[in-house]
Amino acid sequence: MHPSPDIGIWIGGLLTLGIFSFLYGDNPYYKFCEALFVGVSAGHWFITLFWTVFIPKLLGNIGIAIHTFRTEGFAAGMSDYMHWSYIFGGILGFLMILRLFPKIGWISRWSLAFVVGTTAGYYFINYLVSNGLMQIQKTILPLTSVGNIILVVGTFCGLIYFFFSKEHKGAFGGLARVGIWFLMITFGASFGYTVMSRMSLLIGRMDYIFGIWLGMIR
Amino acid sequence: MGFFERLLKIDRRIIFTFIAVAIALPLFFNVSMYVETTSEVVGIFSAVDSLSPGSKVLISFDYDPGSMPELQPMAESFLRHCFSRDLKVILMGLWPQGPLQANWALDVILNDPDIKVKNLKYGVDYVNLGYTAGNEVVIQRMGSDIHAAFPVDYYGTSLDEIPLMRGVRNFNNIDFVYNLSAGYPGTMEWVQFAADRFHARLGAGNTAVQAPLMYPYLGKKQLVGILGGMKGAAEYEVLAQRPARAVRYMFGQGISHAVVIFFVIIGNLAFFATRKKKES
Repeated sequence: MHPSPDIGIWIGGLLTLGIFSFLYGDNPYYKFCEALFVGVSAGHWFITLFWTVFIPKLLGNIGIAIHTFRTEGFAAGMSDYMHWSYIFGGILGFLMILRLFPKIGWISRWSLAFVVGTTAGYYFINYLVSNGLMQIQKTILPLTSVGNIILVVGTFCGLIYFFFSKEHKGAFGGLARVGIWFLMITFGASFGYTVMSRMSLLIGRMDYIFGIWLGMIR
Repeated sequence: MGFFERLLKIDRRIIFTFIAVAIALPLFFNVSMYVETTSEVVGIFSAVDSLSPGSKVLISFDYDPGSMPELQPMAESFLRHCFSRDLKVILMGLWPQGPLQANWALDVILNDPDIKVKNLKYGVDYVNLGYTAGNEVVIQRMGSDIHAAFPVDYYGTSLDEIPLMRGVRNFNNIDFVYNLSAGYPGTMEWVQFAADRFHARLGAGNTAVQAPLMYPYLGKKQLVGILGGMKGAAEYEVLAQRPARAVRYMFGQGISHAVVIFFVIIGNLAFFATRKKKES
């Protein structure tokens, strides 16, 4: 056993044990670790976004715009004028902060409306092509192999299950039931993958505790 | 109270203990499980193998330390594969922590004796472009001009001064794109923008949670292959004939899954047995 001499590793190990202690029951040690995690995460995100978005994207571009205007005036090219457009983003960002003031908080909805509207428009074609048309194209297959038959039948029956304009009775109901089976198998596969994912994270922490921290694993 | 009633009321902490032991114990034994490779992983491996030396590969690290156990082994084995084939590697991240993950993977692989002898140079053989805010918009910008999306690299050097980036303007100059993803922005955005819009050749490594959502994209036009969770990482290590962390972890995965399945069966048996009693 060769415990790590690094104080950072020790803090990480003790905090991991603190989070794990919730499995036994809620306790002050867990609450401290949870609060610390949330606080550090919020601080980290604030600093990251401040230095990667606010400073270079907003202030940087507006600074370039002002500098260009002072040196070249109205003779500047179109691409130079585009730097001024960041003011619009800055205003929308500022309006979001108004949410903190209940009386004028409603103004922040303008920013949200802009974000939702542009995102919907931006994604419309991409989703239609990647998740709609291309998936339909991939499903229209010749029924020449078992795999193709399962894919076509599964998709067709799954769609029938979600067709609620007709009562699920008789042959239609039978196809809908087949659709349920396909859906259940899909959910089962997803659950299996989720279990694997969670186990992987636990293995990672165990390797940290017994390997990196306590030095018990070679 | 009968046997099955007791089983149904078993304290969850007992199950937690079983899982903890099943996960921790295998780490102390140097046992490797047989890992069968699947066509999804072979697809990515073959795509990299088919690239000629000097080809440019872009790797986007779209995850943070929370997903390291699954995605870091994928990153390391993929990087080793690229460097062993003398490919030029461009690293970046759509997540703020992504470039750090890239540097950690680089530290491991550049100290690998087989790679160290190649004496790889930053800016010539590999480069880290860092992080830029904008999520999927960054991918779209890269489709027209990578230098506009990333004016400087991770260390603040202008891309025009980096030899590796001089001839790289957009996805037309990149031979393969590999995305390591733990959520948004991630593989779905790379498929929608890089693959479907700009026809980039794309492969992905995903956390197991989101891997099933990406399977519909498999196909030559959208995704050439996918590494799903730790199993996918282990498969890649096996294909590269360099078993490492993921293969070692798979023994614990196998044992812990057996324990989960055991408790699922026990729980169902107890449920149906007690239901009959209740009905009667």
